[in-house]
Amino acid sequence: MKFPDFIVTRLDWLANQARANSLWPMPFATACCGIELMSTASSRYDIARFGSEAMRFSPRQCDLMLVAGRVVMKMMPVLQRIWLQMPEPKWCISMGACASSGGVFDTYAVVQGIDRFIPVDVYVPGCPPRPEQLIRSILDLQDKIKATGTVNAREFAARSTYEGPTSLAKQLAPDETMVVPGDYSTATRLRD
Amino acid sequence: MPDVQRFLTDRFGDAVTRTVFRDNVRYVVPAHRLIEVMTLLKTEAGFDYLAEIAGVDYLHYPNATDRYGVIYGLANTETAERVFVKVLVNDPDPRVPTVYPLWKGADWMEREVFDMFGVVFDGHPDLRRILMPEEFTAYPLRKDYPLRGRGERHNFAPVNRAES
Repeated sequence: MKFPDFIVTRLDWLANQARANSLWPMPFATACCGIELMSTASSRYDIARFGSEAMRFSPRQCDLMLVAGRVVMKMMPVLQRIWLQMPEPKWCISMGACASSGGVFDTYAVVQGIDRFIPVDVYVPGCPPRPEQLIRSILDLQDKIKATGTVNAREFAARSTYEGPTSLAKQLAPDETMVVPGDYSTATRLRD
Repeated sequence: MPDVQRFLTDRFGDAVTRTVFRDNVRYVVPAHRLIEVMTLLKTEAGFDYLAEIAGVDYLHYPNATDRYGVIYGLANTETAERVFVKVLVNDPDPRVPTVYPLWKGADWMEREVFDMFGVVFDGHPDLRRILMPEEFTAYPLRKDYPLRGRGERHNFAPVNRAES
């Protein structure tokens, strides 16, 4: 079979193929999800099969931010700055329960989901997620890029509003969240 | 151990009270005499190692008389004895003199107690927050501070797609 010397295609399609199959992750690993992330990158699960093996520890060379682990309020300005330092086009995967929703850490210091402050494309549930789930999320992101991507990133300009969750319906007022300690000697918990 | 007791009662009399709980020896010391007691324990009784400084908030605690406690764990590296020195302080102005001149290691430990409980260490060379961000205003381990905070954790501007 003789291949032609030229192909005819849309420029968007060509850009999407190139971008989707070479997603370079910026590993923002702060907790145990980072261990699964390392496992995904190493030989047994081998994220290189999907073109994402080039972990870059500089945000300027990445196009995929992988937030793995809980993010505390002191870290949030750092996370936002790293996100802003990444060149367009860029995507974000929120890996694990803590990055997506705060997980079990519903305390004064832990941000309840990074999507309140930076845009997130794919969420991965799990505590921590298995490497297969992370690979699945990268494949889903590739599908998303191939389906909606444009060569000059018009799809991002259209998404100009805040994409995170609205206020939770059951957000307790601060004065309701204090548990009355009760009686220590009988170990019963009294509530008024 | 009787030596330590003799040192302290000879010098301070009733100002220092001693209690024992499961072989832990505790001395409750008034804040204004803390430096004297600690100097004596370090230089004469051989407790040369400051192992820890802990803060306690006794709000809602049964039979508690004071609001805050600062607890110093000292160890004698010759005999492996340990004592715990307690200082009790109260609102509105919880203050304890610093032990930084005696143990340089007290620097960060006192900063942590200050950060979490708001107990001020007089004479500390650099009393800043150590764990929480600089702009944080509350003291999160106080018992009257709500577990989920007062909204500090979500006090940031979101970044959206079009502007990033």
